[in-house]
Amino acid sequence: MEAHALRTFAQIKATVHELGQSIVAAHANDVDQQARFPHEAFAALRSERLLSSYVPANFGGDGLSLTEVSELCRILGHYCSSTAMIYAMHQIQVACLVHHGQESTYFSGYLRRMCEEQLLLASATTEMGVGGDLRSSICHVEVEGDQFTLTKQAPVISYAQHSDAILVTCRSHKEAPASDQTQVLVDTAKTKLTPLTGWDTLGFRGTCSAGFTLEAQGHKDQILPTPFSVVLAHTMHPVSHLTWGSLWTGMAQGATNKARLAVRDMMRRSDELPQVTALRLAELDEVLFSMKGGLAGAMQAYQAMLDSNNLFQAEKYGFAIQVNNVKTRCSEMVVDVVSKALQIVGIGGYRNDGKYSLCRELRDAHGAALMVNNDRIRGHNATMQVVVKES
Amino acid sequence: MYQERIRSIVAKSVKLSKDITDIQDSDDLYSVGLTSLTTVNLMLSLEDEFDIEFDDNRLSRQTFESIAALNDAVEELSA
Ligand SMILES: Cc1cc2nc3c(=O)[nH]c(=O)nc-3n(C[C@H](O)[C@H](O)[C@H](O)COP(=O)(O)OP(=O)(O)OC[C@H]3O[C@@H](n4cnc5c(N)ncnc54)[C@H](O)[C@@H]3O)c2cc1C
Repeated sequence: MEAHALRTFAQIKATVHELGQSIVAAHANDVDQQARFPHEAFAALRSERLLSSYVPANFGGDGLSLTEVSELCRILGHYCSSTAMIYAMHQIQVACLVHHGQESTYFSGYLRRMCEEQLLLASATTEMGVGGDLRSSICHVEVEGDQFTLTKQAPVISYAQHSDAILVTCRSHKEAPASDQTQVLVDTAKTKLTPLTGWDTLGFRGTCSAGFTLEAQGHKDQILPTPFSVVLAHTMHPVSHLTWGSLWTGMAQGATNKARLAVRDMMRRSDELPQVTALRLAELDEVLFSMKGGLAGAMQAYQAMLDSNNLFQAEKYGFAIQVNNVKTRCSEMVVDVVSKALQIVGIGGYRNDGKYSLCRELRDAHGAALMVNNDRIRGHNATMQVVVKES
Repeated sequence: MYQERIRSIVAKSVKLSKDITDIQDSDDLYSVGLTSLTTVNLMLSLEDEFDIEFDDNRLSRQTFESIAALNDAVEELSA
C-alpha cells in the first residue's frame, strides 16, 4: 500500500474549503441546471483522497471522527448541496462498513481498496412497494454455493451510475419475513441497472437519484455479516441524520452568509438601512443557532458512544428520538432559514442569476423533509414518546 | 420463570406470523411480527400484568426482542 503523509484535521478542513470555493462552487449552477453528476467536484475530492476520510488509518484512510466528517459535509453544504448530499450519503455507507465489516476478511480488504482507489459508495434501501419504510424489504438475496444473486426494484438510488458499489438492503433469504434484512455490497460495474424512473426534480438535482431495476450477482462474502436491524440502529440511522443535519446546516449557513452580504452592501450604498433588515438578519441567525445547537447535542451523544465503543446505547428510544428530532427539525429549519434569507435579500435573491441568488438553495432545501419522509419519522417518534418517561 | 405469562401477553398484543407455541424463547420477535407500534401495547400490557414500570434505560429494541429478553427484564424489574 502506498504510504500517505498524515494530515491534521485543520489541514483537511482547509482543503475542503478551498475546493468548495473554487471547483465545487464554480460548477454548482451547471450541475443543478443539467441535473448532472458533479464530476469536477468528485474528481477533486478523489484526488485529495477525501472519499476515505472516515476509514481508519490502518486501512489507509484519515481516520477522522464522525464529528469531523460531518463538519466536512457542513462545509460542502455552503457551496453545492448536491455535492454535499452525495458526499454525506457516501460517508453513511462507509460508516456501515467501518463499524460492521472490519471483522470480515472480505470487507476489511474492501476498506483497503476503497482507500487506494477512492471508491464511491451508493445506497439502495428504498424499494418499490414499501415506500420509505427502511425496516421492510420485498426482495431477497439468493445464495447458491458461494455465489449470490439479487434483484431489487429501487425507485431512488442516488448517483447509482456514477458509483463504484451499491449497498443494497434485502431480505436475508427466500423465506425470511420482511423485517429479517441484510445488506449486500454489489459491484456497480457487474450490476445490471435498467432505468425505472428519471430524476428531473425540484432540487438536489445533481444527486442523479433515478430509479432502477437492479440485478446483481457476486460472491456471498459481499453480504455484510451484521443483521441490518443492528446496522440501522447502531450506525445508519444516527449517521444519516447527523451527516444530513450537518450539510443542511451548511446550506442554511450559506444562505445566511448571502443575506449578511446583501445587508452589508445595502449599508455601503446608503447608511439609512431600514432597521428591520438588520433585525431580520438577527432573527435569521437565531434559527440557524437552534439548528446548530440541536445537531451538536445529538452529535456529542453519538460521538461519546463511538468513543467508548458502546453502540448498543444507540438502540435506546431516548437517543433514537433525539436523532429523529435532528432530522425533522433541521430539514424544516433549513427551509425556514433560506426563506428568511430571501425576504432579507429581496429581488436579488429571487433572481436565478447574480451573487445573491437563493433560488437553487430554496429548491434544494425542500428535499430535506422528503428524504425519509418527516411524517414517517414523526410516526416512529410518536410511538416511542408514549413509552419513554422523559426525553 | 415468567415465560408462560409473557407468552400469553405476547400472543394477545402482537399480530404474530406464527403460532406462539412455535416460537422459541430466544427467537427474534421482530422477525415474527413485533413492530415499534405493537411494542408500545406489549410494554403497557406487561407493566399492567406484573405491576412494574420499564425505566427509560431499558427502552430499546433489545429489551423486547425475545421472550427470554422480556423474561430477564420482568425478573429484574419485579425483584
Ligand atoms: C434527494 C434524495 C435522495 C435520495 N437518495 C436515496 C438513495 O440513494 N437510496 C435510497 O434508497 N433512497 C433514496 N431516497 C429516498 C428516500 O430515502 C425516501 O425513502 C423516499 O423518498 C420516500 O419515498 P416516498 O415519499 O414515496 O414514500 P413514503 O415515505 O411512503 O411517503 C409518502 C407519503 O406517505 C406518507 N406515509 C406513508 N407511510 C407512512 C407512515 N408509516 N407514517 C407516516 N406517514 C406515512 C408520508 O407522510 C408521505 O406523505 C432519496 C430521496 C431524496 C429526496
